[in-house]
Amino acid sequence: MLEKALRGDRRYWAWVGFLILIIGVGFFFYLRQLDYGLGITGMSRNVSWALYIAQFTFLVGVAASAVMLVIPYYLHDYKAFGKLTILGEFLAVSCVFMCITFIIVDLGQPARAINMLFYPTPSSILFWDMIVLNGYLLLNILIGWTVLASEEKSVPPPKWVKPLIYLSIPWAISIHTVTAFIYAGLPGRSFWLTAIMAPRFLGSAFASGPALLILLCFILRKSSRFDAGKQSIQALAKIVTYALIASIFFVLMEIFTVFYSQVPEHMEHFKYLFVGLDGHYALVPWMWAAVILAAIALILLINPRTRQNETLLAVACAAVFFSLWIEKGLGLVVTGFIPSPLEKITEYFPTGPEVAITMGVWALGLLILTVLYKVAIAVKAEIEE
Amino acid sequence: MFDTGKVLAGLAIFLTLLTSPFWYGKGRTAPPALPVDTPEIQKLPVKACIESTPYMTASHMELLNEWRDAVVRDGKQLYVNHEGKKFKMSLSQTCLGCHSNKERFCDTCHTYSGATPRCWSCHVVPKEGRT
Amino acid sequence: MKCSRRALLKIAGISLIGAGVRPALEALGAGGSPRTLASPNRLVGKRWAMAVHIHKCPTGCKECIDACHRTHNVPDFENLKDQVKWIWNEPFRDVFPGGENPYLEKGPTEGPVLVLCNHCANPPCVRVCPTKATFQRKEDGIVMMDYHRCIGCRFCMAGCPYGARSMNFRDPRPFIKGINPEFPTRTKGVVEKCNFCEERLARGLMPACVEACKEKALVFGDLENPQSEIRKLLQTRFTLRRKPELGTQPQVYYLV
Repeated sequence: MLEKALRGDRRYWAWVGFLILIIGVGFFFYLRQLDYGLGITGMSRNVSWALYIAQFTFLVGVAASAVMLVIPYYLHDYKAFGKLTILGEFLAVSCVFMCITFIIVDLGQPARAINMLFYPTPSSILFWDMIVLNGYLLLNILIGWTVLASEEKSVPPPKWVKPLIYLSIPWAISIHTVTAFIYAGLPGRSFWLTAIMAPRFLGSAFASGPALLILLCFILRKSSRFDAGKQSIQALAKIVTYALIASIFFVLMEIFTVFYSQVPEHMEHFKYLFVGLDGHYALVPWMWAAVILAAIALILLINPRTRQNETLLAVACAAVFFSLWIEKGLGLVVTGFIPSPLEKITEYFPTGPEVAITMGVWALGLLILTVLYKVAIAVKAEIEE
Repeated sequence: MFDTGKVLAGLAIFLTLLTSPFWYGKGRTAPPALPVDTPEIQKLPVKACIESTPYMTASHMELLNEWRDAVVRDGKQLYVNHEGKKFKMSLSQTCLGCHSNKERFCDTCHTYSGATPRCWSCHVVPKEGRT
Repeated sequence: MKCSRRALLKIAGISLIGAGVRPALEALGAGGSPRTLASPNRLVGKRWAMAVHIHKCPTGCKECIDACHRTHNVPDFENLKDQVKWIWNEPFRDVFPGGENPYLEKGPTEGPVLVLCNHCANPPCVRVCPTKATFQRKEDGIVMMDYHRCIGCRFCMAGCPYGARSMNFRDPRPFIKGINPEFPTRTKGVVEKCNFCEERLARGLMPACVEACKEKALVFGDLENPQSEIRKLLQTRFTLRRKPELGTQPQVYYLV
């Protein structure tokens, strides 16, 4: 089926070529990072996780969003999602692949990553993250590919796919719960030491993932003959709406707990984010941009008339995606380190090479997504004939 | 068989290329002679390494890995060789203490055999011929 | 050649058992006398700890810091971003945050406070390390780093509540003033921290910082030994530890 990705019009190849160019540039800078060390990024002794880990954290949520299609379709027989489950599964493959790549790119000694297999350490959440991420990648590749291949041959999928599909549902929940545990189990980081971290991850995952999926469906409608159908788009939009409400609610809960209790250690991080701390305010404009985008998205999504207008829906989805990319990415990761355990404020600014490598990884994920979607669309177009 | 001539010719070329590492360097690839006449070794009453030369040639990396885990992870400092002699487990102090000619000893053979040990990015090479 | 399935299974089974004979014999025969020993003149302790007399530290004194960083080839980056440090000074209000108050500005808590890895009895950094590159020694409680195994994921840096750990964001060699040939350097891409001078303890010596302190502000010893100076000190004087409410059980005790 992969050969279907080799047949495309000029726009398709221009897009693929563009992605390959970005990947090439990113790879070049990654080689420079391997040579110089991670100091080529903006990370520092105090802010030891930044852009790469922020992308991984955000993408793990987007990856889990496949479950928002799988649950209604396979558990509750919501037929309208039938055409879309493959898109969700392939989106998961692309996102999890990017997650793993971002982690590798962030390692100081990537050649030693295999030590995690030689010396398994169940007490470490990173060990479990390795297991759940790779497991979810494998699950979605297997499920997506097998179901698609069966569709192409007009036969029902083999029986062993069903239990795997059911397994993928709790597994999807596990990938961002475990990722949230990376942060929520650290006693010394008061910004992250909150039980609501995993629920927040879930809420923002189910908002950002389906939002991206809606945008992808619109793009597919313009660039191919694949039409997801108004009903499924609207169902997804309602999922995004409620998940966004939950996400915003969770953040407001955090803010109340922190500011009503007046514990300085907890307040400092939120002050840094929203109003600046001791003259340092690098993230303040970003956070307010995220707030405004979320507010715009909320207004457009709650009102059924604007939600059903597909142009405005696209705007809302883009707003949700970028708002959560900021809030769950840099907003979450970098702020955990500011102020440091010794009350120091070291601000973080990504460097050129760091951004190039990040864009290279995104381009790699988008390339995988493009190829997989091309195959899926081609198969679906074939069986319709 | 179709195109018998072309197939046989292709096979011949393929096998030649495949086995080229074995016949290309014939006569030119003797292992280098490794000098063990450093000033430190000259001063030794009994000129013997930690273990026998054949063992060291074949297994010095295994021994070093054993030393690494013993020193770093188990908190041990002394190695007892098969004769019962004790040595401090240290690449820089013990091994390079005698073999202070790293470039002519270690590096020559590593270059010859195509090994790139990464020990030296951390383990300090003492100056040659100190004592 | 026709081989029935039964015959194949028989042959395969016997081959497997035969293949396992040699490893089994080797494993059984691998007893005998140990090939590695601990040094006989090492300092023995079951729970190493350090006490810091804060009031004895003169402002601006860096004897202990220089001794440690010199002994262990700790690089000196001018650029704060890449900074690597094992032991350094901080103001009291940053070491013991919370409860700041203008009436406490001047007084017994005015001077610098020495900070280093606390070698916690319940270390979160060890809990989070995915390869056990950082681990706790059972025999004496020292939290160790295995620089060979570290993959540079920096989870331990996120996990440490005290900011005690440094990442080598670049190759440290060019930034080490005067390499000590008796101790390795580290390489780029690994995390490092104070090791309670375990290599000196193995030679029967006190940690470099303790030895270098002219004011005798640092006391190092075995808390499990009722006769040790540090044990007696803790039983007679009130001490502070950093963030004790986190349950990490730090083993650096501060006397004001």
